[in-house]
Amino acid sequence: MKAKSPLDIYRLLPQKNCGECGFETCMSFAAHLLDRSAKPSQCKPLVEAAEKDEKAKKKLQQIEELIAPEIAEVVIGVGENAVRIGGEDVLHRHELTFFNPTAFFYDVPDSLEDREIDERCGKVVEFKKFYVGKYLTIEGMAVRCVSGDAKRFRDVVRRVSEYGRPMILVSLDANCMRSALEVVADKRPLIYAVTKENWREFLKLAKEFGVPVVLRSKDLNELKSLAVTFKKHGVRDIVLDPVTEPVGEGLKGTFDRVIRLRCTAIKGDKDVAYPIMITPISAWAIEGDEVTKAYWETVIAGIFIVKYADVMIFKTLEPWAVMPLVVLRENIYTDPRVPVQVEPGLRKIGNPDENSPVMITTNFALTYYTVESDLTSAKIDCWLLVLDTGGICVEAAVAGGQFNASAVKRLMEETGIAEKVRHRYLVIPGLAARLKGAIEDETGWKVLVGPIDSGRIKGWLEQNWPPKNGQS
Amino acid sequence: MKLEDLIKMLKSYKVDELEGVRIEGDIEIEIEAPNILPIIQALAYELGMAAYHLARAAKVLGFPVEQLFGVELKPKTEVEEKVELIEARFKPQMEEFPGRIREVTLGATPKEGGTRKYTITVGGQKNLPFYEEQPHLPVITIDVFDRPVPFPKAVREHYEDVMENPAEWAKKAVKDFGADMVTVHLISTDPLLDDTPIHEAVKVVEDVLQAVKCPIVVGGSGNKEKDPPLLEKVAEVAEGERVLLASATLDNDWERIASAAKKHGHVVLAWTQLDINAQRTLNRYLMKKAGLPPESIIMDPTTAPLGYGLDYAFSNMEKIRIAALKGDGDLAFPISSGTTNAWGAREAWMKESPISEDTPWGPRELRGPIWEILTGLTLALAGADIFMMLHPASVSVLKEVIEMLGGKSKESVDRDWVGL
Repeated sequence: MKAKSPLDIYRLLPQKNCGECGFETCMSFAAHLLDRSAKPSQCKPLVEAAEKDEKAKKKLQQIEELIAPEIAEVVIGVGENAVRIGGEDVLHRHELTFFNPTAFFYDVPDSLEDREIDERCGKVVEFKKFYVGKYLTIEGMAVRCVSGDAKRFRDVVRRVSEYGRPMILVSLDANCMRSALEVVADKRPLIYAVTKENWREFLKLAKEFGVPVVLRSKDLNELKSLAVTFKKHGVRDIVLDPVTEPVGEGLKGTFDRVIRLRCTAIKGDKDVAYPIMITPISAWAIEGDEVTKAYWETVIAGIFIVKYADVMIFKTLEPWAVMPLVVLRENIYTDPRVPVQVEPGLRKIGNPDENSPVMITTNFALTYYTVESDLTSAKIDCWLLVLDTGGICVEAAVAGGQFNASAVKRLMEETGIAEKVRHRYLVIPGLAARLKGAIEDETGWKVLVGPIDSGRIKGWLEQNWPPKNGQS
Repeated sequence: MKLEDLIKMLKSYKVDELEGVRIEGDIEIEIEAPNILPIIQALAYELGMAAYHLARAAKVLGFPVEQLFGVELKPKTEVEEKVELIEARFKPQMEEFPGRIREVTLGATPKEGGTRKYTITVGGQKNLPFYEEQPHLPVITIDVFDRPVPFPKAVREHYEDVMENPAEWAKKAVKDFGADMVTVHLISTDPLLDDTPIHEAVKVVEDVLQAVKCPIVVGGSGNKEKDPPLLEKVAEVAEGERVLLASATLDNDWERIASAAKKHGHVVLAWTQLDINAQRTLNRYLMKKAGLPPESIIMDPTTAPLGYGLDYAFSNMEKIRIAALKGDGDLAFPISSGTTNAWGAREAWMKESPISEDTPWGPRELRGPIWEILTGLTLALAGADIFMMLHPASVSVLKEVIEMLGGKSKESVDRDWVGL
């Protein structure tokens, strides 16, 4: 973004410190605009003034220009499932954060039977993986014209559009593309792809239907020329595909192109400051069996989730390949500025009573949500104590001393757990086993050492709960 | 409307406006003589560029438009009608760095006072990983343990036959699985495990040095009291072999390990836990206080697995590498990653998801190696130079990617996925 300091923005704000934006001062609001944790529309006085007054309107516009991301944002799809790509401001996530996670689209060739099409779409729509308190999902479908038949392509596109997910339409033929756009342009699909051969026809389509386009070329001069030309003709929603070559020096070339494109864009060349597309599906052009291809597809995706791809097209829907990638994407796009902690205290899992087990874990979000979902999923009724370890996991907190006997005692007193249960047994994580003696001495409760992984808590409880007399 | 009116209308447009007209897209105007007037009329009202089209239409009808305007409509307007590509040059602007990562060599050949067949050098980069040609590509070392360990099923099946014999295990890692190096973990020395005495434990190191001819890494059990004397003894028995000793930490006797390394010609792995400042401090202590030469230090800033803190591990490593390239000499060392940690993630080894709502995870035999590959690959892109790994499939895939990104593979595939 252009703004370098909150002052650049502050001078355009009303400077009344009214607090309507949710921040105490205009300066604080400006700082939040700068790190993109607030939006200009939160300044109600300025928004209201802008409705009547040209000068205020100009200021609002100036602010928006000042904080506009370096890489253009492009929206694919409409409604609640629309996906936003690009909008990045930095080359390294620790410098700020990455904003819009790489969007995943899955290949649906129009050569498939309708039944197979429904099967693939169903897999996309239904995929989910629980992670840190929420479900990770995948975004949409890339409908690909293989038949060469404009009518078939249109029918398949229409069928797929009924799933309500964002779509990429894949065909290098302008007639097929037109045929599909006539039925789904209002769903705002991303069209793939403009090449040196077809660009005149596709320019016409992009303008006529107002849809975002992918420009495709291995030659970065040519790619930039296409981008400049399209922009000149009023097409703003542009995605760049520097062509994904799956192996060897081709893959090396792809990596070089992506790195050069993104570095140059962040350093100020607005003509290439667009989202980047990578097609891991290119891996299916190599020789080998399906597992080899899917493996390689996953590897290509891995490289470019870390390095700058904003949108991807995949073939494999095998969960063993999809799941690691949604987790990798989540890791890379997690905001490093946000501490990953939950509130410490006492949680009820299910409907615990005075005989239910009492367990303890840390307030590291990843640990907490994993434990909580394991317990819930196994339909266990229990009391869960959440210890404040400063957002550190069990193993590190035991080693680092945040997870210690007196902290456990304090937490038990604060939460009044002793009044909620009749027994005096505390289940601690297997990784905290070494604290057993100390906690028993400190609290007077009997400590049971649970499994190392909470995914095994169910089997463990069957063996160990209720505790037999005298068990330690 | 009569023809005269049309002519009048055309006349009312100034010629310079006409020349300013740009046509976007290919607009075709087909006109059939009998119905010309209503069509032209429609065009005149509906198109913003009415004058141009009318002039053109009139011309089609044989009307001497040029005379009407009193000037020639230059062929230039014909050219403008066709949209042309605006040629642009892409000028790459990349980050440039003043610093350079130090080169560290592991292993020593007979000429250099050891018995290794080859040595391995890592480091030497002047830019981010794979951004430009680098003097050395990352290498992979496979883990060998001095006692059987409870591996996940997908891993166990590859090592079951050698678990009782570290020397055979090391051979298998090199010969069958293509490891560049092996890491011998002397975990049996852990007082909570077998508490193997030091003099006995180091025999395994001698056996492995006999069994394989690659450079080796030797690790302790992580016990902070026992590791320093253990590694000291390892340094002694492996005199001259330029072994990587793992690990010196801020809370063990790093000075003792560093002194032994210095005395017997080895390299020290400086391990800190996801903390760039602690890493800088430890490196500085090793150099300044223990007098270890900088070419004898490699860092392990901690590898947290995919899904379990990889975000921290990645950014920490990337920060360290960028700081080094920007000129921070206290961080300009090669980096090692304990990629094997990936197997601690339940997604890598559990048979199925304990979360009932999850899409089934698929066979763990396929999922596990991918977990290890992606953990390693991500950190390769942050700057890791050495990968300590376990599963043979993960080793071979990561190796292949490194060679490709490092520009060592001439392979290529021309087929376009769009037509597959």
